[in-house]
Amino acid sequence: MSQPSGFRTPRQRAQGLGAAKEGVSHWWASRLSSIALVPLGIMFIIPFADALGTSHAEVVELYAQPFHAVVAILFIGVTFLHTQQGLQVVIEDYLHDKTIRTAALLANIGFAWVVGLLGVFAVARIALAG
Amino acid sequence: MADVNRGKRPLSPFMLGQYYKFQITSGMSIAHRLSGIFLVFGAILVVWWFSAAAAGPEAFARADGFLTSWFGIIFLLLPSLLAFWYHFLNGIRHLVWDMGKGLDIPTVYKTGYAVMAGTVILSLLTLIIAF
Ligand code: HEM
Repeated sequence: MSQPSGFRTPRQRAQGLGAAKEGVSHWWASRLSSIALVPLGIMFIIPFADALGTSHAEVVELYAQPFHAVVAILFIGVTFLHTQQGLQVVIEDYLHDKTIRTAALLANIGFAWVVGLLGVFAVARIALAG
Repeated sequence: MADVNRGKRPLSPFMLGQYYKFQITSGMSIAHRLSGIFLVFGAILVVWWFSAAAAGPEAFARADGFLTSWFGIIFLLLPSLLAFWYHFLNGIRHLVWDMGKGLDIPTVYKTGYAVMAGTVILSLLTLIIAF
């Protein structure tokens, strides 16, 4: 932290530091996932709310339609990308111990991939087998 | 100037508690973070529901029955629904701010109240569709 400033410019001292290390690209990627979730969220939540509490046959019939299957797969995929990005910021804000923070960041990435892929796989299975 | 207190500054969330007076603006900001975190649990439930539907009618009946039980509706579905529309609308508000628009105090309050009203309206509309 308190390295001698010597002849380094203020920018050189700041680059790569800060909670996020490489904030700009992460910021942009987060905006993209947020923007994508606006139309995807509407297209997903309405048929989904309608399908909750109906029969298995009706659910299979709904998600066997290519449109709803693709919307559900995109929504789940982008949601877990967005969740990974969002929780990363929360972790960087509150976990200050380097070891704990690194472990949490890795667990966060693993969690998003595993649960996201489980969801994508489940919808694909309904769509293709149904 | 840049070296004042280097390495010894207090770290987030030190402001909460005795230093800070509650305001709607900061309250809604915290609510965005809390709703995002709550939605992670909602998203796990969505994946569980789809996995159960993919596994077959019995697994589906169990998952869907639990989620649409009174316990599931009151403690899982309704909070997720409110969190979803709040986070959705406030997320759009964030994206507009990111474009540098709507940042003056009167507009921030106006859009803030609009998000709160919109959350209730969209949640009710979704409930009407769901039943
Ligand atoms: C449906 C449309 C959605 C939109 C438009 C949206 C938008 C946003 C935006 C703009 C941010 C960044 C806020 C900031 O700049 O501080 C954010 C953060 C976040 N979002 Fe979303 N989001 C959506 C859905 C979701 C869903 C479904 C989840 C979870 C499953 C989620 C979880 C999170 C989390 C955990 C954060 C981090 C919170 C923070 O840093 O304070 N979001 N969202």
